[in-house]
Amino acid sequence: MSDARQDVLAAVRRALGRGDGATPPSSGRAVPQVTGDTARHAPDGGPTRGPDGTPRGYRGPTGSAGQAADVDLLVDRLLDYRASVRRCSPDELPAVLAQELEGVPGVVVPAGLDRAWLADLDAAGVEVLVDDPAHPLSHAALDAVGAALTACRVAVAETGTIVLDGAPDQGRRVVTLLPDRHVCVVAHGQVVPGVPDAVALLGEHPERPLTWVSGPSATSDIELVRVEGVHGPRDLRVVLVG
Amino acid sequence: MSAVPLGMPGRRVPDGQVGRGPTVGRGRGDAAVHPLPATPPSDPLRWGPSFPEAAHETLADPQLRANLRRATRTIRDKRLAVTGELPDWEALRDAGAAVKADVMERLPELLVELEASVVARGGTVHWARDAAEANAIVVGIAQGHGVREVVKVKSMATQEIGLNEALADAGIEAVETDLAERIVQLAGDMPSHILVPAIHRNRAQIRDIFAAGMDDAPPDLTDDPHDLAMAARAHLRARFLRAEVAVSGANLAIADTGTVAVVESEGNGRMCLTLPRVLVTVMGIEKVLPTFRDLEVFLQLLPRSSTGERMNPYTSMWTGVTPGDGPQEFHLVLLDNGRTRALADDVGRQALHCIRCSACLNVCPVYERAGGHAYGSVYPGPIGAILTPQLLGVGDTGGPSGSHDPTASLPFASTLCGACYDACPVKIDIPSALVHLRERATHPGGAATPTPTTAAMRVAAVALGGGTRFRWAARGVSVAARLTGGRRLRRLPWPGSLWTAARDAPALPPRSFRDLWRRRGGRA
Amino acid sequence: MRARRAARSARSRADEEVGVRIALFTTCLVDAVFPGAAVATVRLLERLGHEVHVPQGQACCGQMHVNTGYAPEAVGIVRNHVRTFAPVLDGEWDAVVAPSGSCVGSVRHQQSVVARRHGDARLAHTAEQVAAHTYELSELLVDVLGVTDVGAWFPRTVTYHPTCHSLRLLRVGDRPTRLLRAVDGLELVDLPDADQCCGFGGTFALKNADTSGAMVADKADAVAASGADVVTAGDWSCLMNIDGALSRAGGRARAVHLAEILASTRERPWRPEQRPAAPTTAAPAGGRA
Repeated sequence: MSDARQDVLAAVRRALGRGDGATPPSSGRAVPQVTGDTARHAPDGGPTRGPDGTPRGYRGPTGSAGQAADVDLLVDRLLDYRASVRRCSPDELPAVLAQELEGVPGVVVPAGLDRAWLADLDAAGVEVLVDDPAHPLSHAALDAVGAALTACRVAVAETGTIVLDGAPDQGRRVVTLLPDRHVCVVAHGQVVPGVPDAVALLGEHPERPLTWVSGPSATSDIELVRVEGVHGPRDLRVVLVG
Repeated sequence: MSAVPLGMPGRRVPDGQVGRGPTVGRGRGDAAVHPLPATPPSDPLRWGPSFPEAAHETLADPQLRANLRRATRTIRDKRLAVTGELPDWEALRDAGAAVKADVMERLPELLVELEASVVARGGTVHWARDAAEANAIVVGIAQGHGVREVVKVKSMATQEIGLNEALADAGIEAVETDLAERIVQLAGDMPSHILVPAIHRNRAQIRDIFAAGMDDAPPDLTDDPHDLAMAARAHLRARFLRAEVAVSGANLAIADTGTVAVVESEGNGRMCLTLPRVLVTVMGIEKVLPTFRDLEVFLQLLPRSSTGERMNPYTSMWTGVTPGDGPQEFHLVLLDNGRTRALADDVGRQALHCIRCSACLNVCPVYERAGGHAYGSVYPGPIGAILTPQLLGVGDTGGPSGSHDPTASLPFASTLCGACYDACPVKIDIPSALVHLRERATHPGGAATPTPTTAAMRVAAVALGGGTRFRWAARGVSVAARLTGGRRLRRLPWPGSLWTAARDAPALPPRSFRDLWRRRGGRA
Repeated sequence: MRARRAARSARSRADEEVGVRIALFTTCLVDAVFPGAAVATVRLLERLGHEVHVPQGQACCGQMHVNTGYAPEAVGIVRNHVRTFAPVLDGEWDAVVAPSGSCVGSVRHQQSVVARRHGDARLAHTAEQVAAHTYELSELLVDVLGVTDVGAWFPRTVTYHPTCHSLRLLRVGDRPTRLLRAVDGLELVDLPDADQCCGFGGTFALKNADTSGAMVADKADAVAASGADVVTAGDWSCLMNIDGALSRAGGRARAVHLAEILASTRERPWRPEQRPAAPTTAAPAGGRA
């Protein structure tokens, strides 16, 4: 049997009209002249192009973070997804978290989470389980605990998205997956205007496992009726600190 | 009659395949739910009769038409709202189109780069020339871990290759975990929409499907969508927790980092991508993107185009294996299965730019009426009408051809209204590709098939190829006008009957314009 | 270059209120089946002070062949069209107009592609240049001749169906409705789901008769729901489809081409042609009914 890898690559080269030894094109992203309409975006006189040749006439990374308008927009978007949102100052955070975790028997937190945030949980009767990579909790244990509390890497105002990247204050992916309530703390300084800002930030560590969360788990598979909470956490609570 | 002028609907080609899935509707005395389509497909890419014949049946189902009309309109309006609120939507589409065109140009290099990136991060990369090869790879991995069950994230690529059936043949149950896919699987159906595979089923039908097919369904299950979703949650959670192997598709993979992404809503994707120890991802070779930065384009284009949301609830990205977090063994299967065949067509190639958002389905007036099953392929709608024929080599020597072949009839399943092109987030010119593929279908191997249609077109080409010839042809209309007394006709003989089935024929004029013009010496 | 110069001259002649010399591309369907739209186009343009020429060599744009998968067979049709209208490049006329968005769409977006793929480069080049001088009627009126009020009178309730190729291929936008709003006595009403295709699609109506029938039935329902007496558009192909369904449904609304509305004046008003539907078939039914 011949090698599938070689065969597939050879078939791709043939399809592109290249011999096996031909020089590949450089990454000049010329738009193929397939139709009259795509021809509108020919290299000369086309929209703004980045150094890689892609026409990037859209709004790119802004470099800004924590703007008040963006924080307000994030809140609006999150509420639209039917996530719950609380806003507080850093001083108020432990008390607010205790309120957000009221009624759950226990909460799992990643090992790197700021322990000061947990100050009021004991008094609220919420047991804290720490998921330490060296001694990870079992799936069964995580499935039984009522809530997870984490920080995040970045939040996107325009789309109402929170991104977790597995840093020590966010933990393993499973930590925020099995418990039915996810309480996520977002600092104002982590709020960026749009998706390109978030991608630029996450691109610093592209190897980390990323989870983009935009509201609670949802489905519209039955007659397009939206139902919140299928497999992921049914209850997303965002606490904005700043 | 096997061939008719203009490739008109004629005889039906029997599929002849039997024996799919469990029969639903025997449990607890529930109303029987029959699989849709009734005849199980032999090939996920090519089944059933030709499009016109299949549409003849689906159009006769008023429940289906009502379900589709409501659903497509809902998504359509949502999409317009969320794409309209972005000031740079058109610029994002331009960027998406350019990135995809670049990917096709540099595909060999990008695939090699992706492979190296994934391997560098502890993953294993496999290459599959066709469906059988891809299935054998996945079955081999599952068998290597001795499992009898794998959990699956909704994936077009694995549907295309019939992976579930291949796993079943090896004694391994593939559990679809997306709600709609689970519905389709339990019903023994074929999916009828890329994004909402059970769009053809209403809540009452789904309730019956669950009651009959889920051994742990609550006895008092209602048809409330919330209750149904919660029943699926309970039913699947145990399977997630015990699964050792998961199978997924990929929405995209980044060559320069090896990052793979799955975009979803329910969290079943996160379950599959996080809990099992082994993850196998099957991905079409066209899904590679050059750089991590390209995410900023596609993570804006895809959610807004598909579900009409600013962002889908969950997107997972992983890069090889992360020690201590998620699957500790990762396999990426790079699938050709006809993609290089499509790539070789410089016009049709754009079909490979597709990001499977299904916006074109939702805006298509033909899809809205005929439904997904009429397309006889896991890829329905406008994109399916250009993708499926190319994956199977329509017009190639020995490939699908003729108006009775389900695949060759697909490029004709469009009025060329262009709504799909306007909706496509990566600006695939579907109408132009359809026209191009019609030519391939009527000219297999490059020469026109000697059919009555071809003969009619050749005659018409002569009549329409010059002013004098056309004047004589137009006089034929005047003769017909005299015969009909200039009246509208309610019923014409075949093939005109195809027209008068739904509408009256126009009253014909006594004289053509050019005769009027000549008579009046060049004045109207 | 030659193309651009001539186009400018058409506009400048209009600006200077000198008659513009316009070649009419009748289109095969209008010529043979709906001559009234061509007559109306001529009357309208002459009334506005322009000269209309009807080159006798013309026949068809080739769209039906191309869209049915017979592009190679369409080369002769395209060649004939390009040859017939090429004199516009030498200044014999200032512009070419057709009362059909779909045919102008074919001239602009298909002919050069067909010529390049199946004909020769020279034909493709000339086709592109001729296409640059070819306008759909509402485009010619608004963009080239610079008029929206053409002095028409049409005292009926009208709804406008934006045909797909006018809407999405030519992007004529609101030109037709601007023209209609300026018509004396005309009440323009909205068409529900206006941008939905009527289901014609050329040979689609025959090849996929069931789907096409379902689509046009919905369109006829929308016209009825609009409350209009008349549905108009810039294409007789789509109107033929819609009108056939309206006639079958038995309502009062009928299709009238945009050119016929714009040509209608108090002095020479548009008159409906009284042609009742025949109750039976015209010819002996063949093997398949």
